[in-house]
Amino acid sequence: MSVLAPESEAELAASIRSAWEAGEPLAIQGNGSKGAMLRPVQAARTLSTRALSGISLYAPNELILEAGAGTPLATVEAAVAAAGQQIIAEPPDLSALLGASSVQTIGGVVAANLSGPRRVAAGAMRDHLLGIRAVNGTGEVIRSGGRVLKNVTGLDLCKLLAGSHGTLGVLSAVTIKVLPAAESAGTLVLGGLDPARAVAALSAALGSPYGVSGAAFLPAAAAARVPALAGLGASATLVRIEEFAVSVAYRTARLRDDLARFGRADLLDDPASRAVWRAVRDVVPLAGGSGETVWRVSVRPSSGPAVLEAAEAAGGCGMLDWGGGLVWITAPTAAAEAVMAGARAAGGTWMLMRAPETLRAVLPVVPPEPPALARLTRAVKAAFDPKGILNPGRVFAGV
Amino acid sequence: MIALPEPKAEVLARRDDIVAGLRALLPADAVIAEPERLRPYETDGLTAYRQIPLAVALPSTTDEVAAVMAFCHREGVRVVPRGAGTSLSGGALPLADAIVIGLMRLNRILSVDYADRVAVVQAGVTNIGITQRVQEEGFFYAPDPSSQLACMIGGNVNMNSGGAHCLKYGVTANNLLGLRIVTVEGEIVEIGGAHLDAAGYDWLGLLTGSEGQLAIVTEVTVRILRSPEGARAMLAGFRANEVAGACVDAIISSGIIPVALEFMDRPAIHACEAFAHAGYPLDAEALLIIEVEGSVEEQDRLLGQIRTICERFDPVSLRVAQTAEESAAIWKGRKGAFGAVGRISPDYLCMDGTIPTSRLPEVLGRIGAMSREYGLQVANIFHAGDGNLHPLIMFDANDPASMHKAECFGADILKLCVEVGGCLTGEHGVGVEKRDLMDVQFTPTELDQQRRIKSAFDPGWLLNPHKVFPLAAAAA
Repeated sequence: MSVLAPESEAELAASIRSAWEAGEPLAIQGNGSKGAMLRPVQAARTLSTRALSGISLYAPNELILEAGAGTPLATVEAAVAAAGQQIIAEPPDLSALLGASSVQTIGGVVAANLSGPRRVAAGAMRDHLLGIRAVNGTGEVIRSGGRVLKNVTGLDLCKLLAGSHGTLGVLSAVTIKVLPAAESAGTLVLGGLDPARAVAALSAALGSPYGVSGAAFLPAAAAARVPALAGLGASATLVRIEEFAVSVAYRTARLRDDLARFGRADLLDDPASRAVWRAVRDVVPLAGGSGETVWRVSVRPSSGPAVLEAAEAAGGCGMLDWGGGLVWITAPTAAAEAVMAGARAAGGTWMLMRAPETLRAVLPVVPPEPPALARLTRAVKAAFDPKGILNPGRVFAGV
Repeated sequence: MIALPEPKAEVLARRDDIVAGLRALLPADAVIAEPERLRPYETDGLTAYRQIPLAVALPSTTDEVAAVMAFCHREGVRVVPRGAGTSLSGGALPLADAIVIGLMRLNRILSVDYADRVAVVQAGVTNIGITQRVQEEGFFYAPDPSSQLACMIGGNVNMNSGGAHCLKYGVTANNLLGLRIVTVEGEIVEIGGAHLDAAGYDWLGLLTGSEGQLAIVTEVTVRILRSPEGARAMLAGFRANEVAGACVDAIISSGIIPVALEFMDRPAIHACEAFAHAGYPLDAEALLIIEVEGSVEEQDRLLGQIRTICERFDPVSLRVAQTAEESAAIWKGRKGAFGAVGRISPDYLCMDGTIPTSRLPEVLGRIGAMSREYGLQVANIFHAGDGNLHPLIMFDANDPASMHKAECFGADILKLCVEVGGCLTGEHGVGVEKRDLMDVQFTPTELDQQRRIKSAFDPGWLLNPHKVFPLAAAAA
C-alpha cells in the first residue's frame, strides 16, 4: 500500500483534492499507531500527516501550544515539561495495548480524543483543543477556533473533528491549552475492596473538596501487574491528588480520614504515584493479556462494577478508571455480545480498541446510532467529505 | 444598525391560521398572539434591536416542543428559541414572520445524583437554580455568567456561556454530559447521557455554542462539582496597564492558576468604586482581582506567594482579604460593573472579544485612541487569565448618531481582537450583533463549511435565522 506523506498543508490539500477528483478513498493516519482500533479502512492509498511535524508556537505564559498534526506526542510532552507544564488531559500511550510499534502523533491523539485518568477531573483532549487547521474531503483548508483560551465564534468544529477519527477532515495543525504541571503527586491505596465498594470509595473521594485528579480500581489480577501494587495481593482502589507538595500532604491526610470507613489507606509517594498512574493511563495491566479483544466502555460511574462483572462472567477481565465510569476490558471474542450488552444495559457507550480484523469488520465498534442521529452522521459527513474518501467505514460501515 | 431581512409576506398573511394551529397543539395560556402581550418578547439583552414576533409559544414539555417544531416545519414557519432573553448579542431577537419558542416553562430539575455527580435539568432552569439545588450537599454547577440569576441553562448551552471562574473550571461545553434535543423536523433525540465521551461524532460539542442554529435543547445533563473548602480574593492596583499585564504573566508563569484573575482599567475602577464603594484604589491605572481556593492555610500560602509576585511590580495598592466578608467586598465592585457603567451613561454596549493575553497593553492603548477618536467613553473589564476582554462603550441610544458611532467603535474593537490573533467573541456569541463581522475572522470557504453543517441539521434554514451567518452567505 502506498503512503502519501505531504510535507506542507498546501501539499496535503493538493493530495486530497486529487483524491477527491479521482474519487479515491484514502486511509488517514499520523504514524498509524491506532490502526488496531475501530473498523479496518478499505483504501488503496494511505495519507499520513507524519511529515507535518514541529511545534510552531509555544507561549507558556499564555498557556497555549500549536504544533503540526504529525508532531510526535512525546516531542510536545517534552517541550511543555521543560517549561513546567503538561497536557492536562493526560493522553495515554496505548502502543503496548494496541500492539503498535510506531510513535503516536498529537494529531492522532486529538483525532481519537483519547484522554487519561485526569479526564475525570480536568476534561478530555477535546476540552483543551483551542484551534485546528484541517483539510476537508474536497481539499479545502478549514480553520476553527484559534490561539486564545475562550472562543465561541461560529460553530465549534474543533470538538466535531476531535474524536472523528479522520473521517471529516485531515488535521494539519492543532492548538491546545496547556497548564502548569503540579509540583507533586500523592496516591492513597485502599486494598482488597470489591468493585462496588471501590466505586463507592472513589465517588466519596471525587465528591470531596480536595480536588482528586485520578480515581481508579484495579482488580487483584490487574494490580498484581503493577510493580508498586503487586505487594498488596489484593485489588487496589487508587485516589490521586496533584498539587503543591504541602497541599498533597494536607489533602491526602484529610482524604484518608474521610475514606476510613473503606479501610486503612496507604500513601504512595510522588515517584510511586507517577509510576502507578502511568500504568493506569496506558492500561498496562491489560496490555500483555491473552484476550483477543480490548474494549473501552464509558458509563455512569456507579454502573462500572456491573459492566465489569458482566465481562468477567463472559470470561474477560478488566479495570476501572474515571471513578468507575471508564471500564477497560480484555476478553475472548465470544464475550463480545456480553460486553456490549453490559454497556447497553448501563446506558453507556463502547469502543472496540483491539480485535482481529475480521471481527472488527463485522462488529459494531461503537454503538449503532438511533435513526435520527445516523441521518445526521451521514449528512454531516457529506458536508465535509461529499465523496466519502476520508477514512471510509472507520467508525460506521458506509460512513 | 444591522440589517434585518424583510419578513415573508406569505407567512404574515397566514398569521391567523398559524396561531390557530399552535392553539390546537398547546394549552390556551401557552400561545400568545395579542400585540400588547407580545411586547415583552420583542428584544433580549441587546436592547437596541426590537421586533415583535408573529406569535409566542410557551411549551411545558419536550413533547410539546416537538409538536410545535413539527407544525412549524410542516408550515414552513421560522422559529426563534428563547430562554430568559439575556443574550447580549441578540441571540433571541425575534423576526416578524417567526414564532418565538419560549422554554421558560420547562423549569424542573429532573434528577440529581451526587454519587455520579450529575444533574438532569430542563432547559428553562436558571443557571443559579442548579447550584442552589445542590449547594446544601456542598456541590455547585461551575459556569457562572454574570447573568446567572436570570439566564437559563438552555441558553447557556446554546451560547456556550463562560463566566469569571472558567480559567479553572472551563466553560459550559466542559461541564456537560448529555442533551435532549428536538430537531427542526420535530423529532426528539438523546445526545450523550450520564457518561463521559460518548462515541460517534461529538454532537454535544457541536450543539454547544451553536446559538439555536441546529436544534432546540429541552433537557441538559450537567456535571456538578464538590465545592472547594473555601475561596478568598485579593486586590492589587498598578501604575500602568503594562505593569498589571506583566504581573498576570508572572503569576501564570509561577505555576499558580488562580480560580479567577480579573483586570479592570482606570475608567472601570472609577465607575465601580463610585457605584459600589468597594474601596478600590482611585490612583491606580489598572486593578487585578485574584481569587484562590482551598483550605484557609492553602489560601494563605497561595495569596502570600501571589502577593510576593505583585510586590515586584511596585503596586500602588495591595489588599489581601482575611475573611469571606472582605473577599465579598473586593468582588462587590467587579460584580456591579455593568450597573456602575449604566449609572454614568444612559446606555452602553458590552463588547466581548478575546485576545492573546500578552497583547493586552497594546490593545488597551489602541482602544483608548479609538475612544478619543469616536468621542465615546469606554471602560474595560478583562478576564485576564483567559484573554476575554469586555469593553463597555458608553453612548446615548436616543441619539441615532451616538448609537451609530458606538456600533462602529465596537466593530473596530472586534476587528482589532482578530488582528492581534484573537476572536470576535469569547462568551457572548455572534448572534445578530457580530453576524456581519464573521468574514473578518473566517474565509468564505470556512463560512461555507459551517453553513453546510447548518444545512445538514436544518435544510430549510428555519431555526433562528438571520443570526451567526452573514446574510449573503445564509442566502446562498
